[in-house]
This record gives sequence, structure tokens and C-alpha cells, in this order.
Amino acid sequence: MMGWWQNPQTRGIFFQVITLLFVVWLGWSIAENTIANLQRLNIASGYGFLGNTAGFSINFSLVEYSEEDSYARSLLVGFLNTVLCAALGIVFATIIGFVVGIARLSNNWLIARLATVYVEIVRNIPLLLQIFFWYIGVLRALPGPRNSLEPLPNVLINTRGLFVPKPLFQDGFSAVLIILALACGASFFLWRWARKRQQATGRQFPVFWSSCGMIVLLPLLAFFVMGQPIIWEYPELKGFNYVGGSALVPELVALVLALSIYTASFIAEIVRAGIQAVSHGQTEASLSLGLRRGQYLRLVIIPQAMRVVIPPLTNQYLNLTKNSSLAAAIAYPELVSVFAGIVLNQTGQAVEVLSIVLAIYLALSITTSLFMNWFNARFALVER
Amino acid sequence: MADTTQVTQTAREEWRPIPEQPPPNLSIGPIGWARRNLFASPTDILLTILGAWVAYSVITAVLDWAVFGAAWSGTADDCRAVSGACWPFIEAKWGQLIYGRYPLEERWRVDWTLGLGLALMIPLLIPALPLKKLNAILLMGAYPVTAFFLLTGGFFGLPVVETPLWGGLLVTLVTSIVGIVASLPLGILLALGRRSNMPVVRMLCVGFIEFWRGVPLITVLFMASVMLPLFLPEGVTLDKLLRCLVGIALFASAYMAEVVRGGLQAIPRGQYEAAAAMGLGYWRMMNLIVLPQALRLVIPGIVNNFIALLKDTTLVLIVGLFDLLGIIQLSFTDPYWSTPNTANTGYFFAAVIFWCMCFSISRYSQFMERRLETEHKK
Repeated sequence: MMGWWQNPQTRGIFFQVITLLFVVWLGWSIAENTIANLQRLNIASGYGFLGNTAGFSINFSLVEYSEEDSYARSLLVGFLNTVLCAALGIVFATIIGFVVGIARLSNNWLIARLATVYVEIVRNIPLLLQIFFWYIGVLRALPGPRNSLEPLPNVLINTRGLFVPKPLFQDGFSAVLIILALACGASFFLWRWARKRQQATGRQFPVFWSSCGMIVLLPLLAFFVMGQPIIWEYPELKGFNYVGGSALVPELVALVLALSIYTASFIAEIVRAGIQAVSHGQTEASLSLGLRRGQYLRLVIIPQAMRVVIPPLTNQYLNLTKNSSLAAAIAYPELVSVFAGIVLNQTGQAVEVLSIVLAIYLALSITTSLFMNWFNARFALVER
Repeated sequence: MADTTQVTQTAREEWRPIPEQPPPNLSIGPIGWARRNLFASPTDILLTILGAWVAYSVITAVLDWAVFGAAWSGTADDCRAVSGACWPFIEAKWGQLIYGRYPLEERWRVDWTLGLGLALMIPLLIPALPLKKLNAILLMGAYPVTAFFLLTGGFFGLPVVETPLWGGLLVTLVTSIVGIVASLPLGILLALGRRSNMPVVRMLCVGFIEFWRGVPLITVLFMASVMLPLFLPEGVTLDKLLRCLVGIALFASAYMAEVVRGGLQAIPRGQYEAAAAMGLGYWRMMNLIVLPQALRLVIPGIVNNFIALLKDTTLVLIVGLFDLLGIIQLSFTDPYWSTPNTANTGYFFAAVIFWCMCFSISRYSQFMERRLETEHKK
């Protein structure tokens, strides 16, 4: 006669109940301890503090922010700063990463070697060290505001950051934007029409050049017709610092430099692996079909390489976003340094503050993995 | 008809192969190599010149700064006199950089721990040497206990050294090695749970893994240093290093679980079925059949995780532990050594140390990968 414990199904249910009970007990005792500790230490609880006045200033913000604003507003400032440096980092890391990844496969021995050296050096040094190097080693060593470097007219670099002229848009500028949007839409429909016609008749249409013409020339024409509706505000030296124009704080510059250079070394390896994953027979087959070099790269190699490249690439983008939290070390006011740094110190409400920060990062990564799953399902090789 | 046969026959008799010519000088040897690999087309020539210029300027700048223009001995004043690196600074701070504030007369304990670790580690890494099992048990089982007693003290007449005194390379190595060693069993359990047939266990494991993989390490460290004390019952306290170790181990175990899962998925279904057909239960199937094969496959992945963790442990300086980078940052505040090049010298030194560790480990991982590949194909 078999005992109930010898039946895998019953045993499975029994084991799951035990696990669940253990997890519930763990959560319960943690909650109990936390409540007891909070009462003992006299720490307030609840998310009510978000409405209170923050009372600290933030030196770099994309939206209006002052000391009288609430903690919730400072959360928004921190979040937007995270998004800004992540977005800039992603753009630059992708550009550098693709260039280096392709350079590693170059026929030119020297270029391939240089790319390899870049990848091997950069990815084996901690990111935090690289951030410190750019921030303290390089940007602190720049000249002061009075002796600013001026690589381009009215673009100034000094220890206080990077200053560029700021465009002030006048009344007629919305017309230029509308025409730009119309041109983009028209290019899209042109591209669809051209593809349909090519599939039906085999005749090609120079979509790229005609779209470029529409997207660049038409808004430019509108710009001059409306009487150049932009006024530039130039940075000017007042006292010890520059006033006016758009300023990027050195913390942001250092962070974006370090993040993009570091992540680019990983992206380069991903791109190289992706291109190498496309078998050489594909190149030979497309050349024997009579495709030109540009065509076979665009129509045959890149679509197949992208299928391999994009999943790890999104992973790297996510890593870059998470790594932007290292800004806490150089006090760039992003999510972690504003919230887990200043607000946590002021309120002492560790559980609430950290739960907000964790929830935002989790939301970002879950969105990314949902996109990844969709992408994999959409572009996976359909095998028969 | 007869005429043409005649003609071909004479032609065949007269035909002689031309003696083999040596290839033209320009396509062989170093010149030929350079023409093929450096100057194949006008674009290539341009790229080569550009690349050579970049390489030349970077190498000369680094050499000028780190070697020729550097102060190699003397005091802070000698450093102020030169434009390059300030190596006496590293020399003066050497003890701190390696041991932190570990008491001078007790530093032999750190040396012994490190030496013992290397003595056990190196034979394990060389595939040709025997007794792998005993070696691994010693390294994974006996060594951590010995290292713990040696470093903390309080036993066998060794004076206690509190962890706030630890620092420098010691903390970097302790956090990363403890993190990876602790994360291995936890990661294996999580990976098995993620592939389990029991829905509750699977959901819990997926939730756990995705949570830790979704948040940045720095928030984990903040959690460990400010939230963990709140979770513990009153009276129980963990010191800061231990709290960070708990956070790092949990964080690393999620990544380890994903690596191990990759190995488990690579084992063919037939292995599971054969084990079940032999009448092995779940744990014996895993211990005897699946895990030994899966873990061998994921050695390169584990090593890559270790490299990532080694680099990431620098983040502990943000919550106030002094690892190698933290100690270097701290020593910049010494007013005596405030020279223009102190900071860059410190960063350069840390970068070289980290680079040497990470690069050699990654080379080893590549070597193992190639070895596993060939073994698999046999």
C-alpha cells in the first residue's frame, strides 16, 4: 500500500503549502519587526510626506522647481533627470558601440586592433571609477569660467559645465514644426507606396533621397518664409559664471561620458557577435544574386544580425538606465541621489522612500522585458 | 579533318608550362601584408593614418604622464614639481590601500588568508592537476571558515579586529568573493525552483529573481544599510559590512540563478528522462545527473558574473564602506598629499589593479570556454 507521501501530486501540494507558509511567516515577522522598530524609533509612516515642502534646492532640473515645492515635485525632477541622462547615454552608447563593433571586424588590421584594445580596457574597469575619472580627473581640471575653452563660437566649456546658445522660439515657429510633421508623414506614406509598387512591379523608387529632400528642405523653406523665427540667447560672463544660454552641469557631462563609453564597450561586443552570427553563405548568396554592397548589408545582413543583436541590446539599455543611479556618487540630482539620498535623510522614512525608488526601477525593467517578449515573438525565426 | 588533328598534335608536343614565377615583391612579406591589411583602398589608407595618429597620441600622452613625467620617489613637494603621476603617494598609502585600517601587527592574518586562498584556488584552476573534488571541498567548505576566523579573530588567542577597521583591497575581495560564493547555492536553488513543476514555487522564484534583477545594486545597498536594520527583531544588529554582504549575496544570487538556468536548459531532455527511468527521485536526479553536467557548462557564465560583481563592489563606497576605490577617495583628503596629480594617480592605480584582475579572470574564462567546447564536441 502506498502512503500519501509517495504520491508525487499530493507531495507537491504539501511542499507548496509548506513553502507558502514559510514565505507568509517571513513576511509577517518582517512586517511585525518593522512596525515595532518604527514605533520605537519614533519614525512616521505612510506616504503623506510626499505633499510636504521639500525645502532643498536642486541645481539641475528640467521642470520648474524651487525649495517651496513638495517632495512629490522633487521626485518628478529626479525621475526626469534619470530619464535625461539615460536617454543621452543610450544615444551616444549606441553610436559608439556600433562604430566600435563594426571596426572590430574591419579588414584594416590597425583599426580592428584599436577597437579591441578599447573594448578590453574599458569593460574591465569599474564604471564608478570611470565616472570619478571623468568628473574629478578631467572636468575639474578644466579652466575656470574666465578662461573658458571655446571649441565652437559661443559654445563654452569650463569647470562649471558646458554652455551652449539657447534657442528662443518666436511666433512663426509652430508653422515650421507643422510642416516638418507633415513632411515626415508624407515620407512614411511615400515609403509604403514605393514598397507596394516594388512588390507589384519590381520598379524601385528613390525613397531615401526624396524623403530627405522633403524632411530637410520644406521646413527650411518655411523657416525662411516665416522670417527666421528663432532668436539665440548667448551665454554671457556675469561675475564669476556664465548666465543665459543652455547649461549642462559637469555632473551630467561626466555621467553621460562615463555611461556611454562604458556601455558602448558591451554594445560593441553584441554588434560584433550579431554580425558574425550571420553565416558567410548569406553574403555569397546575396552577391551572386547581384545585390550591391549597400543593398546586401541593408536587405540581407543587417535584418538577420538585428534579430540576434536587439535582445541583448535592450538588456544593455536597461543596464545603462540602472547604472545611471551611480550618479549618487557625484551628486547629479537623479532619482537615487535626490530621493534615496536627500529625501531619505530629511524624512528618515526608509521603507516608503526606497519602495518608491524600487517601484520606479522595477516598472522600467518590467516594461522593457515585456517589450522584449513581444519583440522575440514578433521577430523570432519561423521554423517549419 | 585530318589537317586539324595534325595541328593540335604538334601544338601539344610544343606546349611547355612556363616555369613558376616568384610572387611579386609587393604582395609578399611585410610589404604585402601591409598592402593587404593597412593600405587596401584609399579609405583604408585614410583610416590607417587616422588610427596611427590616435594610437600615437594616446600612448605618448599616457607614457609621458605615467612614466617619463612622473615623480617616482620623494615627498609631496617632488610631486608638485612635476606634471606627471605622483607615485610616492601610492607608496606612502600602500598599506592603507591593501588593508584599510587593519591593525599593523595583525596584517599577517590578511596575508595568510590571501595566500591560503591562492594556494587552494590556483590548483583548482589548472585542469591538468588531480584531486579536483577534494580541492573544491577545501576551497568552498573549509577555506571560508578558516578565513572568517583568521580575519575577524576572537579565537585561538587572536585579537578581534572589528569590520569597520577593514578596508582597501581586502574589502573589495571579501565582498566580491563572499558575494559569489554565497550566491552559488542560492542561485542553484532559485534556478531549480524556476524550472519546477510546482506553480507556487515557480512563481515565488520568478518573482524573487525578477525583483533583484530589476533594481540597481545601489538601491539594494541602500536597502541593506537603512532598511535591513528595521526588518530585524529588536536587539539583533548586524554590522555594516555584513549587511552589505547580505544585500550583495541576494542581488548576485538572482543573476546566478539566470546563469544556472541557462545550463539546465542546455541539458537534453533525454538525460532527465533516463534518470527518471532509472528510478531516481528529484534530488538524486539533480545531484547525480543534471547539475554536474549543467554546472560544468556554466563555468564561463559564473566567471563572468564574478567579474561583474568584482567591478560592482566599488559601489559599497556610496554607503560608507571603504573598499579599494573608497580608500583611495578617502586618501585624497589628506592635506599633505594635495597635489594637482594626486587624484589622477589614485584613479590610475585603482584602474590598473581592477583591470589586471578582471582581464586575467576573463582570459581564464575564455580558456575554459574553448576547453568545454572541444570536450563537448568529442
